[in-house]
Amino acid sequence: MTAKIITITSGKGGVGKTTAVANIAVSLAARGQKVVCIDGDIGLRNLDVVLGLENRIVYDLVDVIEGRCRLRQAMIRDKRLPELHLIPAAQTRDKSAVSPSDMIRLGDELREECDWVIIDSPAGIERGFRNAIAAADKVLVMTNPEVSAVRDADRVVGLLDADEKGPASLIINRLNITMVKRGDMLAVEDVLELLAIELIGIVPEDEGVIVASNRGTPLALDPKSRAGLAFQNIARRILGEEIPFLDLENHNLLQRIFTGRKTT
Amino acid sequence: MSDPIQIKGLREGLLVTLGDGPWEEIAAALLQRVTDQPAFFQGARLALDIGAHELRVVELSALRDQLSERGMTLWAILSESPTTEQTAQNLGMATRISKPRPEDARPVFEAPAENVALWVHQTVRSGTRIEFAGPVVVLGDVNPGGEIMAGGSVIVWGRLRGVVHAGAQGDEKAVVCALDLAPTQLRIAAEIAVSPQRSGKSHPEIACLRDGQIVAELWQAS
Repeated sequence: MTAKIITITSGKGGVGKTTAVANIAVSLAARGQKVVCIDGDIGLRNLDVVLGLENRIVYDLVDVIEGRCRLRQAMIRDKRLPELHLIPAAQTRDKSAVSPSDMIRLGDELREECDWVIIDSPAGIERGFRNAIAAADKVLVMTNPEVSAVRDADRVVGLLDADEKGPASLIINRLNITMVKRGDMLAVEDVLELLAIELIGIVPEDEGVIVASNRGTPLALDPKSRAGLAFQNIARRILGEEIPFLDLENHNLLQRIFTGRKTT
Repeated sequence: MSDPIQIKGLREGLLVTLGDGPWEEIAAALLQRVTDQPAFFQGARLALDIGAHELRVVELSALRDQLSERGMTLWAILSESPTTEQTAQNLGMATRISKPRPEDARPVFEAPAENVALWVHQTVRSGTRIEFAGPVVVLGDVNPGGEIMAGGSVIVWGRLRGVVHAGAQGDEKAVVCALDLAPTQLRIAAEIAVSPQRSGKSHPEIACLRDGQIVAELWQAS
């Protein structure tokens, strides 16, 4: 096996990185892919909670790096999907416990173990971010359709270009089509115009996301959820399928995305 | 042979001056020095004067990561090579350090070579600052949070949404033009203006200083 390593990052906090990692990992695993997700937010771990695996943690990322356990011992197998594994973050340490070259070494070791490694980056552009992108083959930048999140995403895209980790792909999360129609929220094309990177997913705002992460059952497991479907579509695009973007009750929007901005 | 690594204390941290020679050897010598004296270097903020070495992103980011693993922050790169300066700026590092003496406190611009412009063939994203003593031409957008400080005029073949300062050393003849002129803030010489709220279609515009005021008008091919 030669896994591809994907990092999800955003600059700004609270845009939905952890939710995205959990749902994309679940969607890939549900398609029979062997997935290892890594929580890069050392000191503020969440991914274990969102995946509902908190009570199974014995060893964590820092234990692997510092040689207190073997890699496989820190890989927690998911209770629903046997192909899904989590390497949790340490809660009692901070970002300086890991270095970018530790992450590159860990990534190289994991490449032999699975099909996909998905790394959840912490917010910010400091050490934790550097660690999270060090081993990445592909970076997905996540933003919400609001000015501050897009500004931070722009900064991150610039840093990724400078580190030759680009071109990044974009996930727009928490799009509320009613607000966009009212003119109270940035539209997809506004975000794309500024960031000018490839779009890989649009996830509608969905109350179910909060319920699901509180329960520890990612939405992508729920066939009725729109947000869950959007995350499944992202996973399928990662696998190379051509999937049209969800019709968010607005055909014009859809057409504009497909035809590109040149026509407007 | 003289020591290829000179270290000096600064208000902002340590200034390390590296000598000439193959870059791998110099970098290895620096890392060796740092490893030998962990107590001295631990937690230090480093500015590196790397002379004429031409460094690209791979080399500079590798050095930054190696220093960071040893508990140091590389925050500034001083170099005679424009390539290296550009690399450092791309990686978000400073390329000049303020001098502690007040007479040197103003940013120092080199004398502009006549009619030599800086060519920027990329989008200037948030957090990127481009400084140049002469004119600057950007083929791409200047996004909000991006900054251009030019001794001469600034031409943006794209959308200008960030902060731009033309004629930063006082040249009142400097102009700023863009396909879509909507900067967060626009400065020419000592004057400052903000873009008026605008709606509707954008047109190429040119801004210049007239009677001590910044005015923008539609660009007309005449």
